[in-house]
Amino acid sequence: MESTVLKIEDLSAYFSEERILKDVNLSILRKRVTAIMGPSGCGKTTLIRCINRMHELVPGAKVSGRVFLDGKDIYTMNPIIVRRKIGMVFQKPNPFPTMNIYDNVIAGYKLNGIKINRNEQDRIVEESLKKAALWDEVKDFLYRKGTFLSGGQQQRLCIARALAMQPEIILLDEPTSALDPKSTSHIEELISQLKKDVAIILVTHNIAQAARVSDFTAFLYLGELVEFGTSEKIFSVPEDKRTEEYLTGKFG
Amino acid sequence: MQKDTVSWRILKDKIFKGFVILLSFVSILPLLFILFYIVKNGITSINWEFLTHLPKHIGEAGGGISNALVGTGILLIISCILAVPLGILAGIYLSEHRKGRLSYLTRLCVEVLQGIPSIVIGIIAYLWVVLSMGTFSALSGGVALGIMMLPVIVRTTEETLKLVPFELKEASLALGVPYHRTILKVILPAAMSGIVTGILLSVARVTGETAPLLFTAFGSPFMNFNIFKPISALPLLIFNYATSPYPEWHSIAWGASFVLVIFVLILNIITKLVTKRWKVQF
Ligand SMILES: Nc1ncnc2c1ncn2[C@@H]1O[C@H](COP(=O)(O)OP(=O)(O)OP(=O)(O)O)[C@@H](O)[C@H]1O
Ligand SMILES: [Mg+2]
Repeated sequence: MESTVLKIEDLSAYFSEERILKDVNLSILRKRVTAIMGPSGCGKTTLIRCINRMHELVPGAKVSGRVFLDGKDIYTMNPIIVRRKIGMVFQKPNPFPTMNIYDNVIAGYKLNGIKINRNEQDRIVEESLKKAALWDEVKDFLYRKGTFLSGGQQQRLCIARALAMQPEIILLDEPTSALDPKSTSHIEELISQLKKDVAIILVTHNIAQAARVSDFTAFLYLGELVEFGTSEKIFSVPEDKRTEEYLTGKFG
Repeated sequence: MQKDTVSWRILKDKIFKGFVILLSFVSILPLLFILFYIVKNGITSINWEFLTHLPKHIGEAGGGISNALVGTGILLIISCILAVPLGILAGIYLSEHRKGRLSYLTRLCVEVLQGIPSIVIGIIAYLWVVLSMGTFSALSGGVALGIMMLPVIVRTTEETLKLVPFELKEASLALGVPYHRTILKVILPAAMSGIVTGILLSVARVTGETAPLLFTAFGSPFMNFNIFKPISALPLLIFNYATSPYPEWHSIAWGASFVLVIFVLILNIITKLVTKRWKVQF
């Protein structure tokens, strides 16, 4: 059952007058992991920030083109609704420093003023932390500050925080770039678990990682989508010369 | 020869160090003298009656400064109610809109305001509030003190908010939290220690101000809880009593000075504690 959850049409993004993304077209499938690869500065972060309307927060930033979530153009929707449906985990872990672990996980509800009872909260916190493979490590000190955790634990806490909102899509921006191999494999396992429920878009520089966890891979170069297809195909027989050169380490 | 130079250098080093220590000691001497003098003259007046009773008439022994304590309390409450929300909001605006004409203007105004002599602010409050209400009042005094607090609060709020990383704001917005809630529930709490510090420092700054109260709060020998009537305050009482010809009043002025200094000292200590305890690690 392959159904499209997100469709990107002729998406271009700008910082002031500089065009960073050039007419990107891309379809994201439900319950699949889509990796976005490309050399540094090619616009990967910009692309996923266009998907949950974070790009427009930067002064002078502009977007053109359309992005459909379940057939509805997100640029005609309220950005608040879009961001609740499309969760994001940033490259640098950013738990809320004033909150304990429990409150960090439930933050999406608390900060939005969504009233839920205590039992329900407990359930969401436990479930999200379990999904993020963090529960066993923190269940005994849920009321300690989240900033006391290690970098890898903080990153999983941020993932739990995004999961708690039950998004349809999760955007992961190089979630393992600052982590050790153990935490990295934790997060990779987690990604494989998560895709049972949601669509995942994963930005990564790590070719082996993309090959391991992704079903589809998109290759961006200088703001253009050069190639898109199943990971199997892209990593074995890339069509475009630039993809091949990137994969063999000629640049990037 | 070589050795000589080295030992000469070491000697120079020592002389310099000694000099620095001496100078820093000299620089705290005035503070020590002031504290010593106030404690010596003031502490004898302090007792329960002094803190809880009204002043007596000239010639009668005893009496206290309860009216001035209550007055200073009320003035500070009024000034905080006026200046804290306004100052914090202005600080938020400045940190959210770092560039732009209005921010530039606001920053300029805040700087100018900080430099205006307190007596002038007293006159402004007199013109605006006292004249239009037709009477000296606690309210007008609170307005004057509030105007003096404003720049400190605005600047500290702006500066501490600027230290809150942008990633934190993005984390909140990415959860679909509306902008105003992000500011109120994520950014402000993260900057709380700095903001509270600013408020406490501004309170410490205006507690001892006399000039802006001279023709606003005006002073009163009675206990007054009505903010539309003249009210006493510690610095006003000290000013009036210290310039009087009566020795009994002089000792009351010393006692009141002691109370004032202790209050400001305690505020400063609380400020230090708040900064340490509530500091948020990013
Ligand atoms: N805030 C900004 N203002 C102006 N230009 C920006 C801004 N952020 C990014 N850019 C530019 O946009 C381009 C794409 O940046 P982006 O962050 O999307 O790259 P990336 O593919 O995520 O790179 P990396 O792999 O290094 O994270 C870069 O050339 C960068 O210089
Ligand atoms: Mg990036």
